[in-house]
Amino acid sequence: MAIKMFDGNGAAVEAIRLARPGVIAAYPITPQSSIAEHLADEVAEGKINAEYIRVESEHSAMSMAVGAQLTGVRVATATASVGLALMHEVCGVAAGCRVPIVMPVVNRSLVAPWSLWCDHSDTMAERDTGWLQFYCSTVQEILDLQLCAYRISEHENVMTPSMVCFDGFYLSHSMQRVDTPSDEDAWDFVKPYVRKNMYLDTKDVMFINDLCPTVEHTEMKYQQKVGFDEAAKVAKEVFAEYEERFGRKLQAVETYCLEDAEVAVVTMGSMSGTGKYVVNQLREQGIKAGLLRICMFRPFPAEEIKEALKNIPIIGVVDRSSGLGAAQGPVCSEVKAALSGMDNKVFGYVGGIAGRDISDGSFRKIFGELLDIHAGKADAVTTWFDVRPDAMDMREVETNVNV
Amino acid sequence: MLTYKVQPKSSVSPGINTCQGCMIDVIFRNLLDVMGEDTVLVIPPGCAAQFSGCGPESAVTVPGIQGNLENSAAIAAGIAAGYKHQGNDHTQVVAIAGDGGTVDIGLQSLSGAMERNDNILYICYDNEAYMNTGIQGSSSTPMAAETTTTPAGKLVNNKDLIQIVMAHHVPYAATASVANIPDLRKKLEKAKSVKGCRVLHIMSPCPTGWGYKMEKTVEVAREAMNSGAWVLLEYEGGKVKLGKKPKNLGDVDKYFSMQKRFKGIDDAKKEEIKEHLIARYEYLEKLASI
Repeated sequence: MAIKMFDGNGAAVEAIRLARPGVIAAYPITPQSSIAEHLADEVAEGKINAEYIRVESEHSAMSMAVGAQLTGVRVATATASVGLALMHEVCGVAAGCRVPIVMPVVNRSLVAPWSLWCDHSDTMAERDTGWLQFYCSTVQEILDLQLCAYRISEHENVMTPSMVCFDGFYLSHSMQRVDTPSDEDAWDFVKPYVRKNMYLDTKDVMFINDLCPTVEHTEMKYQQKVGFDEAAKVAKEVFAEYEERFGRKLQAVETYCLEDAEVAVVTMGSMSGTGKYVVNQLREQGIKAGLLRICMFRPFPAEEIKEALKNIPIIGVVDRSSGLGAAQGPVCSEVKAALSGMDNKVFGYVGGIAGRDISDGSFRKIFGELLDIHAGKADAVTTWFDVRPDAMDMREVETNVNV
Repeated sequence: MLTYKVQPKSSVSPGINTCQGCMIDVIFRNLLDVMGEDTVLVIPPGCAAQFSGCGPESAVTVPGIQGNLENSAAIAAGIAAGYKHQGNDHTQVVAIAGDGGTVDIGLQSLSGAMERNDNILYICYDNEAYMNTGIQGSSSTPMAAETTTTPAGKLVNNKDLIQIVMAHHVPYAATASVANIPDLRKKLEKAKSVKGCRVLHIMSPCPTGWGYKMEKTVEVAREAMNSGAWVLLEYEGGKVKLGKKPKNLGDVDKYFSMQKRFKGIDDAKKEEIKEHLIARYEYLEKLASI
């Protein structure tokens, strides 16, 4: 073990190097680009013994990843934003063919309008594609979760690919100290890739992913659903083993000052640290505030969330994507479903879109509203908590020449 | 693990549900006969997916994967990279897609594989429209041909796939036709012996989509070559080698009259096509003379 300095992308590359992929197919996209670059460097310098394929699109990157891993090697790729959207079709193939690819995704807003900056709209759009999803809150966690993701995804009862999601720029370009396992220790944990069930081998013939008739298709989807059920159990075991080996606790759900909390926020990703900072401030003032961070979004840890939040009367869920057309953001929807039938009041917040900072002020505002509700002084919240008051005046066409 | 319902003589099942008069099964049988059992197929949705099979049944005894319509070359390149990494330099990775999956939606991934010279054999069987979905026009549909999306005849010429391929400087590429199986086999053998990205473009007329009787496929394909509507050539080491010169270059009367898809054509359009075919052939001759 050694303390190394990595930014988020560097930590993702280090985890990939430690997992010894045989094929790498990567296409550059901001803010993921330095992953594609550094992987190329590592291969050129002989630090990773892999075929590096300089693909012409993310669609081809995922296609190659599927094809290569089906021959029996671990593969690596990474993407962000519209790159993930372009991959979408083939992400479904990876999941349905049970190819346990582990892919870092650097969270960046989806177009339109164009943005280079962070929100979760890209990975939230993939939440039902059949991939496990982990959301990191620190650079250390990118390395830790990615190493664990190989073990969870590749487990014979799971066989489901993983997205290891981390916030663009906030984490991808944030240089932090990372406690890094030695090559040997990491390899002893991750273990060599072993092909299971479906593979392309001329000595053991099968045709993969042909037309599946309706009389069998439901069952194929059910198998995937069981894979997710198993992933929840396997993740617990793998996190426990990781903690034992490397001393860092990982969990599907992190609780912070929740035991006696009267109000709590639910967060995901890099905003969580700021949330905890504000919880500390409020606690110093004698206010019983708490925070729950969802680290594993797929499979959704509904039971753990219910258990952690059951005694907290007022809860605010912060979504970093807009969930357009839905009653609330996607994270809030799931938290509400997990708490259905309980007496808690759950309020949805949407903010931090396209790199807008979710500041300590944002959390103070949110906690303030939740406390007002708890005190009976209000009964609603400002869902879009950081929207500018002049929102509806922007890009307004003052004169329509055609009228 | 694959178990055989009926032991096939080659790598293709004796009973397959391709349309009568379609020669795609002849392409598959010759392809797998030449390439051998140590071959992996990548097949997109389309007519060729009859060979991927349905549910637990496949029509071929070699392994394969059915990908998406546009990523056959990319999946094949990934498979080839996986084998290379494991020291497997013998398994042939073959993508076989129709014209829609190649010249339309699959052109980007094919272009990437050709530029990188990925070690795959890419075969486009060209029936000049989206036949499996019901005869919709593709960018390989020739001018004046009727399809369900070009009901008044296509207004523009088809893309010239082999020239696009040659512009990528691949080590080996060729055109072939179901009307000349010995030539096709020779080109498959050549392709098998070359490393890198190899491309075969095979004309495969479709009785349903082109509108002719099912027993006429070879005759129609032969007439396409006679008129220069289909030109046999090989591209190797940057050199173009033309096949036999068309007997009646530019004279498409007979070729068109054999098919219903050209029934609405007028003389002016026919003249335009004739000029195009002659000009294209003369251009290819110049390339071959370099």
